[in-house]
Amino acid sequence: MGFEHKDLLGTRDLSAIEIRSLLESAESFKEIAERPLKKVPALRGKTVVNLFFEPSTRTRTSFEIAAKRLSADAVNMSASTSSVVKGESLLDTVDNIQAMAPDIIVVRHKFVGAAHMIAERVGARVVNAGDGANEHPTQALLDLLTISEHKRLGPGLTVAIIGDIAHSRVARSNIWALTTLGVTVRVCAPPTMLPRELEKIPGLVVCERPEEALAGVDVVMMLRIQLERQDRLLFPSIRDYARIFGLNRQRLDLAAADAIVMHPGPINRGVEITSEVADGSRAVILNQVSNGVALRMAVLFLLGGQSYE
Amino acid sequence: MSSNNSSLLLKNVSLIDAGQNRDEKNLDILLQAGKVAEIAPAISFAADQVIDLDGAWVMPGAIDLHVHLREPGFEYKETILSGARAAVAGGFTSIACMANTRPVNDSAAVTRFILEQAAVAPAKVLPIAAISKGMAGEELVEMGDLSAAGAVAFSDDGKTVANSKLLRHALEYASLFNKPLLCHCQDNALFADGVIHEGMISAAHGLPGIPTLAEDIDIARSIMLAEYLKVPIHICHLSTAEGVRLVRSAKARGVKVTAEATPHHLFLDERAVIDLACGEVLDDSLKPEQLRYNTVTKMSPPLRSVVDVRALREALADGTIDAIATDHAPHETTEKAVEYELAPFGVIGLETAVALGLRLIKEKVLTPLELTARLSLAPAEILGLDDRGSLAVGMAADLMIVDPELEWTVDPEKFYSKARNTPFAGWRMPGRVVKTIVDGKVVFNL
Repeated sequence: MGFEHKDLLGTRDLSAIEIRSLLESAESFKEIAERPLKKVPALRGKTVVNLFFEPSTRTRTSFEIAAKRLSADAVNMSASTSSVVKGESLLDTVDNIQAMAPDIIVVRHKFVGAAHMIAERVGARVVNAGDGANEHPTQALLDLLTISEHKRLGPGLTVAIIGDIAHSRVARSNIWALTTLGVTVRVCAPPTMLPRELEKIPGLVVCERPEEALAGVDVVMMLRIQLERQDRLLFPSIRDYARIFGLNRQRLDLAAADAIVMHPGPINRGVEITSEVADGSRAVILNQVSNGVALRMAVLFLLGGQSYE
Repeated sequence: MSSNNSSLLLKNVSLIDAGQNRDEKNLDILLQAGKVAEIAPAISFAADQVIDLDGAWVMPGAIDLHVHLREPGFEYKETILSGARAAVAGGFTSIACMANTRPVNDSAAVTRFILEQAAVAPAKVLPIAAISKGMAGEELVEMGDLSAAGAVAFSDDGKTVANSKLLRHALEYASLFNKPLLCHCQDNALFADGVIHEGMISAAHGLPGIPTLAEDIDIARSIMLAEYLKVPIHICHLSTAEGVRLVRSAKARGVKVTAEATPHHLFLDERAVIDLACGEVLDDSLKPEQLRYNTVTKMSPPLRSVVDVRALREALADGTIDAIATDHAPHETTEKAVEYELAPFGVIGLETAVALGLRLIKEKVLTPLELTARLSLAPAEILGLDDRGSLAVGMAADLMIVDPELEWTVDPEKFYSKARNTPFAGWRMPGRVVKTIVDGKVVFNL
């Protein structure tokens, strides 16, 4: 399918063709979840290590289910059980894992570039499951898969991403993937959460107010507010944030009549999104989760390098 | 060191020396008893040693206002001896070493230790004492005692003196001894957990940014203090266009402010964080994957924007920036081989700075005379060293011999420094230091 990379480190490096063929492949994996026996032998005998240096339940579970449905042996390693707590360096940890000959390493790390560092070091193929505020490519790709179920992904489509853009890898990976496909992306955040010089990124519209970002938009993507960031003086209170930037019924009415609402989870109900909207008919938040498994199967299958029978 | 009476005659020299405002070919220079004895078109003297330079450049030895030699305390990174060897290999004959060792150089005992270790070093090592005890920013060091022991300046480099009252008293008290304060300007709250310049690269890659504002606010504060107190102040590693503007306007109204810039801030911008080659044609010593998020691009202050680099170059040319200093900051390779955000700040520079200076000449940023002013004359003046910085008769015979046409490629594996953390690996350099002479003795020979 012309995927030119050893690893999947970010959407920034992907071409439109690569993105579209991954989405197509994910589409074909969706039906496996409908079967009574949810397993295909595509990656039998392959070992997938989920190396999580940062706590994560849903992403890790999603990768684990994806690997197991492909019949790969999935092993989870989290920072609390690894030697990181003993002061071992990242490269030493990774060398040890490489010595056990895994085929694919899925990495989540709190620092930017960690997945790149590992990818450069090991022969195994690496999937970035989130590096600091940089990239989270499978999240963006599953978001695109979800959008494609409702909208034509390409020029003419407008997506609003609202929330803590500065600290969001989900936002960045979506920005690269969507703009590569010619989608118009609007971003909106409190000025304290908007990176300086963001407007230099081509294809991006920076909006000051959510009302402006939402006007006539086809897709609304709300980002999780990390409550622990409050002590970093980024916003005065949750209440103030919710009032100005939270997605409620009235604000959603500004979007196109058939607009869909997305959220990468976990949701802070009543903060960035009201329960009414999150549980409403326009929300596709749980579809995102289902699609996550299919998309990650497509990614693991692609990197696992075996033909699908 | 210079008590010997030996003589060295350099024949057929091109002398470049801002101190004498001379850029002349076909000269002979006689060095005797560690000093410059005579400069003339043809000297006939039965010297102990005669070297025919065949037109090579002779420039005053470079003087580095700002190096970290890591001894005592971090000898695995660099020692006074290894740092001094790196210095002379790069054309530096005097190096001023910062106080952030362990223990901190905040007492005469540590200053004396450094000078004792330096006795066998090929370069002259000038200890800079801390401003505050333990560099904790709370109490002044004993500046009188330290000056008497041989400290040439005071600096809490690596940290800022956040307490303005303490900085005021440090400036006032240091003026008693005519010793400069070298200020690392940084507003800690604005610097926060930043690791690269706050700009388009931090925006696109999510690495925490360090705003230029963090530096500029503190430069403004430092200049205001110096102006109010009518004392000199020196700004370390200036990296921003706004900082340049602040220094330039302060100089214009007569404030005794001086500033240095590092070679890395003059040659690299923020884009190097994601592409170390950044337009430079490198040899193949680095794999393409190593060009992204390479921690040899992490230093404080960070690599700034293209606009800042342009402003620094202009300021270097017009003299707003007085000196080139390396901020040579050695780290062990494994310390840098970690996640970008965890890596220590700092790069080495002693063995590439003069060669990069020669590139500045090639790129028409500086004339050869201006280069010697920035590398030698100005640093000597800032530190009040009246026996060096120029090669006028009677001055110390500290000099470098440069072949301006000898191209070479930077290979960190060949460095004399213990460290390899240079961002210039694989760079082609237009010329090279081929000999370095300290007190009339050849201490480096390519």
